[in-house]
Amino acid sequence: MGQIELKGVTKRFGEVEVIPPLDLKIDEGEFVVFVGPSGCGKSTLLRLIAGLEDVSGGVIEIDGTEATTLPPAKRRLAMVFQSYALYPHMSVKKNIAFPLKMAKTDPKVIEEKVANAASILNLTDYLDRRPGQLSGGQRQRVAIGRAIVREPAAFLFDEPLSNLDAALRVNMRLEISELHQSLGTTMIYVTHDQVEAMTMADKIVVLQAGRIEQVGSPLELYRAPRNRFVAGFIGSPKMNFVEGEEAAKHNAHAIGIRPEHIEVSTTEGLWQGKVGVAEHLGSDTFLHVTTAHGVINVRVGGEMGLRHGDTVWLTPDASQMHRFDAKGLALA
Amino acid sequence: MATQQSRSAARLMMAPAVILLLGWMLVPLIMTLYFSFKKYLPLRGGDLGWVGFDNYVSFVTSSSFWPSIQTTLIIVGGVLVITLVLGVLLAILLDQPMWGQGIVRILVIAPFFVMPTVSALVWKNMFMDPINGILAHLWRFFGAQPVEWLSQASMPSLIIIISWQWLPFATLILLTAIQSLDSEQLEAAEMDGAPVLKRFWFITLPHLSRAITIVILIQTIFLLGIFAEIFVTTGGAFGTRTLSYLIFQRVLESQNIGLGSAGGVYAIILANIVAIFLMRIVGKNLDA
Repeated sequence: MGQIELKGVTKRFGEVEVIPPLDLKIDEGEFVVFVGPSGCGKSTLLRLIAGLEDVSGGVIEIDGTEATTLPPAKRRLAMVFQSYALYPHMSVKKNIAFPLKMAKTDPKVIEEKVANAASILNLTDYLDRRPGQLSGGQRQRVAIGRAIVREPAAFLFDEPLSNLDAALRVNMRLEISELHQSLGTTMIYVTHDQVEAMTMADKIVVLQAGRIEQVGSPLELYRAPRNRFVAGFIGSPKMNFVEGEEAAKHNAHAIGIRPEHIEVSTTEGLWQGKVGVAEHLGSDTFLHVTTAHGVINVRVGGEMGLRHGDTVWLTPDASQMHRFDAKGLALA
Repeated sequence: MATQQSRSAARLMMAPAVILLLGWMLVPLIMTLYFSFKKYLPLRGGDLGWVGFDNYVSFVTSSSFWPSIQTTLIIVGGVLVITLVLGVLLAILLDQPMWGQGIVRILVIAPFFVMPTVSALVWKNMFMDPINGILAHLWRFFGAQPVEWLSQASMPSLIIIISWQWLPFATLILLTAIQSLDSEQLEAAEMDGAPVLKRFWFITLPHLSRAITIVILIQTIFLLGIFAEIFVTTGGAFGTRTLSYLIFQRVLESQNIGLGSAGGVYAIILANIVAIFLMRIVGKNLDA
């Protein structure tokens, strides 16, 4: 249970085509992340799957049966919203019980399922509180609890961590991943944060302007991006692109080198440059080096005693180089 | 306001307003209390001396006292029910995106700008007149005997007129409240399997509860003292004599200022009882 297939799904708002015809298959039990810059249509796509927006064309199949025109409640999907969308006047318990109450479940069963969900999510002590009395992370868990009790075919997450602070985000990321491991239910997760995508996904769908740029596992996208957009979007810090003469040496319009695939030396190397900003993180040092080929970002493991204005030499690792043609497509 | 200086400056600046407000309230209140203990008949001998609680006793024992309380409560209750129910429905309707939204909203608010006297006259002469009123024409068009609204159905007529005036206020407050409802909550409820009516009942209505209590509070305060509409339409006849109208009659028609003042004190007590109840409810609702 929990296989979703989109066939030629299109969405238009008036004259504007937000999502051109799009095909996508999500297998059962997969953790799929839709990632892309703001306004790329990833949330719209999620809302189409949820049934909160009507498709302008194409077919949505859930578990092999057509669900294109089914109302959201009938699709057996549960959604966790960016704002959590908890019901502020209900206690945590009532919030979690709401979908069961709407389904006219037996009160005893409701009690049991709510208690179960609460224990999974460490919410047992907070069941009688109102959402307003909870912290961001706890609210997030209540929203997830409300989704869990429905035992849906798939969970939909719409940027669920974007309202949390950085430390909590890392925690919740782990919790959601663990939840996915223990439940084994299909999850579709929308985010603009490529770190979330890389760390959580079984399969990443990179979107731009409503089009799917590439689908694949995190490491596939990291190792073999299909085009410059994916190459620049996946990986942090961003991939460096060099055009012109240097690229021509490799028979390409542009070459891309990830910051971690560049060797830095204070004595010799391929490209000479001057250190601009050096970010010392302890575990890593990020250098912004101004060279004849533009500013190149370099990541050096550990601490490197370089300061603003120092001269360095950079040597890219040729085996880890990505080559792109004039249209931005990757060359084999 | 942190420093001693700024605090005393603030007191000084507020003083005129506070003194004015206090004077505005205290002078009439003390005058009312003063007259309520006197036998004071301006056209029949003037000030005839202190009479203790005689005025209070005769005001309550008068046969018109309890009916007037009843009338007051029926009008307040009736108008509240009508304005709240229609107000919620109108607010939901006006919240829908539609063409000409701005103009429609102004039109909905318009009745609130009409003075009570004027709107009551308009209703009396243009709508409810049994010979020339629009409603009479409507009734005749369908071959029915026109209703003499203000005499045969005096209370419903009054409630309709007053509701018409206060509906915009209720709609406006409820509309702003409904606009602040997070649409993701409704979508979440939709995904949770709640159909339209249940979404209204479990999400929209609780969200509006605060606005509804505010509407109840403010409208009750104003409706308890409703006067112009009665004066212009029925003149207190046909069982439409409210407490405030009874006081008016005692003072101006019977020229008995002492008796009217005692009635005024009762009105203050009644308003305060209602206010205490409402403040409790509102206080509870505003905390949550």
